[in-house]
Amino acid sequence: MSITIKDVEHVANLARLELSDEEKGKFTEQLNAILKYAEKLNELDTEQVEPTTHVLPITNVMRDDTTRESVGVEKAMLNAPDEEDGQFRVPAVLE
Amino acid sequence: MSQATKYETVVGLEVHVELHTNSKIFCGCSTAFGAPPNTHTCPVCLGHPGVLPVLNRQAVEYAMKAAMALNCEIATESKFDRKNYFYPDSPKAYQISQYDKPIGENGWIDIEVNGETKRIGITRLHLEEDAGKLTHVDGGYASLVDLNRVGTPLVEIVSEPDIRTPEEAKAYLEKLKAIMLYCDVSDVKMEEGSLRCDANISIRPYGQEKFGTRTELKNMNSFRGVQRGLEYEQWRQAEVLDSGGTVVQETRRWDEAQGKTISMRSKEEAHDYRYFPDPDLVRLFIDDEWKARVLASIPELPDARQARYTSELGLPSYDAGVITSSKKLSDFFEESLNYTKDAKAVANWIMGDLLGYLNANSLELEDVKITGQGLGEMIGLMEKGTISSKIAKTVFKAMLESGKLPQQIVEEQGLVQISDEGAILAIVDKVVEANPQSVEDYKAGKDKAIGFLVGQVMKESRGKANPALVNKLLLDRLSR
Repeated sequence: MSITIKDVEHVANLARLELSDEEKGKFTEQLNAILKYAEKLNELDTEQVEPTTHVLPITNVMRDDTTRESVGVEKAMLNAPDEEDGQFRVPAVLE
Repeated sequence: MSQATKYETVVGLEVHVELHTNSKIFCGCSTAFGAPPNTHTCPVCLGHPGVLPVLNRQAVEYAMKAAMALNCEIATESKFDRKNYFYPDSPKAYQISQYDKPIGENGWIDIEVNGETKRIGITRLHLEEDAGKLTHVDGGYASLVDLNRVGTPLVEIVSEPDIRTPEEAKAYLEKLKAIMLYCDVSDVKMEEGSLRCDANISIRPYGQEKFGTRTELKNMNSFRGVQRGLEYEQWRQAEVLDSGGTVVQETRRWDEAQGKTISMRSKEEAHDYRYFPDPDLVRLFIDDEWKARVLASIPELPDARQARYTSELGLPSYDAGVITSSKKLSDFFEESLNYTKDAKAVANWIMGDLLGYLNANSLELEDVKITGQGLGEMIGLMEKGTISSKIAKTVFKAMLESGKLPQQIVEEQGLVQISDEGAILAIVDKVVEANPQSVEDYKAGKDKAIGFLVGQVMKESRGKANPALVNKLLLDRLSR
């Protein structure tokens, strides 16, 4: 499997990244190098091995359904680039 | 050939149900509806860097309960995945959901349409977090984001494409809602957004096995809206095919006011969600002991109750269906039966006077004060002859408003039925003397006149005279 410039453009678009032509070329090369490295794993027979989703040997970490005080709207707004009436204001999103 | 006989409609529904936990699925913020914007937020649900989600056990158990009630197989091993997309309602730019190991799979529910029972398959039920709420300010220069709802636990219930008509879709939603209410996992209030429904719909010529191209419908805000949206869309797709066109796979928005669906022209590319396992949440194992414990918490469900009402209480299937469609109504019915044995009478009062009153005033059962005990005791008073059916109507109305028990209402308002012959005869004499014309009409063979005279006696007794006695004594008096 190899990555083309088109794949890089697609992923960049999904991530809302604007890349120059030079960057597109560079990332295509780098991503291919990473994939090539990972391809080494194909040398192993993993037929009987479950895909690993987590490396920690822990399961079922849960909390009780109790409420805790929220931070308050003033603090919640501290990181808002723009606000109006206690709400985050963003460019108009219309469906 | 008309469209209805030419094309078969195929519908699958995706329903989101908010679970009514106290706190959010991954943090301790409250899930209460209607709080001022952004007051129920914290670094976890605001998506600040470095925070870690911790799963709410109750949310998992509600999801298991819902899945079991929908006859799903419950996963032994489950996990959470990130669904990546950019939209201001999701501050993390991903939603924590479940991709390939949902809590429940391969379930079904039975629905009834036009007296026929039909089984609709449930593909899967998975647990995920809700997104925030966007409002568009006047003038359209900006949108405002309220993140209170972010992190409210949801189950997404995906049906098989087994639904064939808009009516079946509505019946499916009604049954789903009833089951969620019986299980007590959600308030299921569509107007508060605690149940939301999207639909996939396609049409194909009868006899064709392959599905047609489907469209996805959004923004249907009521069960009626779902039915109307599907009715419009099946017609629209048939028009496209009949005019030689092809249906485009797209998302369309139901516009209630215009009564039609409108293309949302969303880029297909936006649906590349790049799911991957959430590294912040460890795997979930559900052992048999846990499953058994949750299974034991599921109460008798509507289908089982309906069957019991018909077989043990002798109710007609229709009556049993109406009463069990709501758990509250069904509980009310059962409470009444602690005070009277006449199940059919209770059912009649519920379906006639009670539902009639609620529907006419757009009320819910919890908005009126009458209790099951009150209705049961009132029917008992009628059985004993203490009150007539006419007075029962007055008592019933008083119970709706005050919640007092019938005995008290009867005493306070002096509504006890008069069954004393002497007392009634005195009124009969008075009425006969005051209405010589009607008496003459009756004697001349005009049977209608008797109705008038009975009415006068009832009026004179302020409705309290025993109607059967009035009839008898009046006829005796007139035949003299």
